[in-house]
Amino acid sequence: MKRILGGVIAVLIFIVLALAFMHIPFGNIDLAEYHYYNPVDNEHTQDSVPQHYLDEGKKETGSTNIVTAVVVDYRGFDTLGEVTVLFLASTGVGSVMYIFEKEKRRKVRRANAVVETASKLLFGFIILFGAYIFVHGHLTPGGGFPGGAVIASSFLLLYLAYPRFHAEHKSLNVAESLAGLTFVGVGILGLFLAGYFLYNFLPFGLPTYLFSAGVIPVIYVAVGVKVGSELTGIVDAMMGVRE
Amino acid sequence: MIPYYYLASVALIVIGLYIVIAKKNLIKIIIGLDMMDTGVNLLLISIGYVKGGTAPIENGNYTLYVDPIPQALVLTAIVIGVSVMALALSIVIGLYKNTGSLELDEIRRERK
Repeated sequence: MKRILGGVIAVLIFIVLALAFMHIPFGNIDLAEYHYYNPVDNEHTQDSVPQHYLDEGKKETGSTNIVTAVVVDYRGFDTLGEVTVLFLASTGVGSVMYIFEKEKRRKVRRANAVVETASKLLFGFIILFGAYIFVHGHLTPGGGFPGGAVIASSFLLLYLAYPRFHAEHKSLNVAESLAGLTFVGVGILGLFLAGYFLYNFLPFGLPTYLFSAGVIPVIYVAVGVKVGSELTGIVDAMMGVRE
Repeated sequence: MIPYYYLASVALIVIGLYIVIAKKNLIKIIIGLDMMDTGVNLLLISIGYVKGGTAPIENGNYTLYVDPIPQALVLTAIVIGVSVMALALSIVIGLYKNTGSLELDEIRRERK
């Protein structure tokens, strides 16, 4: 009964949504075509927001990757909130799993020898790759969030290979807190030096070079370390092996 | 041209909705929620597509780029989705440890 009802509802919603979305133009949009009203200067500007980001983003932020420029510079405050949400989720997982951690631990089996050796060899390289992703966040596709996820996956590999392994909680907390403090500290420094929270106060340097784009690499390294330690904390809480 | 990307994203959303309505297993319901999340992300990304455009990375090789704003938005949405998923899964693990079951029917029967 429930399945038939669910199927009927799903088909109806599919038809309605498909008919509605058919009218959205796909690929034929011209980004320069849209205009927007600028409430600060009380005028209608000829430039649309995405076209402005694409035209001026490199000049205004120094970042080659425009998505990074939007995420870290133009809407850096939004990213701060996002990191806060991730922190809250990590804390929530830790507290929920801690409540159910009181029972006796089960007998664990050792992993395959191939898995153990390979994870020992690959662990450093995976961390290096994650660091590469978030250090080059302003030049190449990637950034703090995928880099942090790659670092957490290297720890997940260790958890799978060694059932008794667990990350040091104190160092995870220290890394996470320092990264968060760096993010907020850079923002407050911008507030003092230039009058805006998260202002890009460092020199931009030459575009497409590693040391460019002002504070964007600093913030993205902080975000990468923070996301990596938080996701590792989530994995640690879910594996639930304590000595 | 039929925009296949929109059809695929609608299909993902609707399949996820069907799973949430019809299935009783908590893990399957969470997978359904994740599929809806993925469908919405795909929809947002494909709205920002410009024909012939490349990824908005200005290293001097290209001139036509896709819209960067939906991509930044979806980057945020993916991270929020991951954190929601982790929290939901941890609550399900706790429920399983307390009741010994993942089926909603059995959990309900247990409570009575």
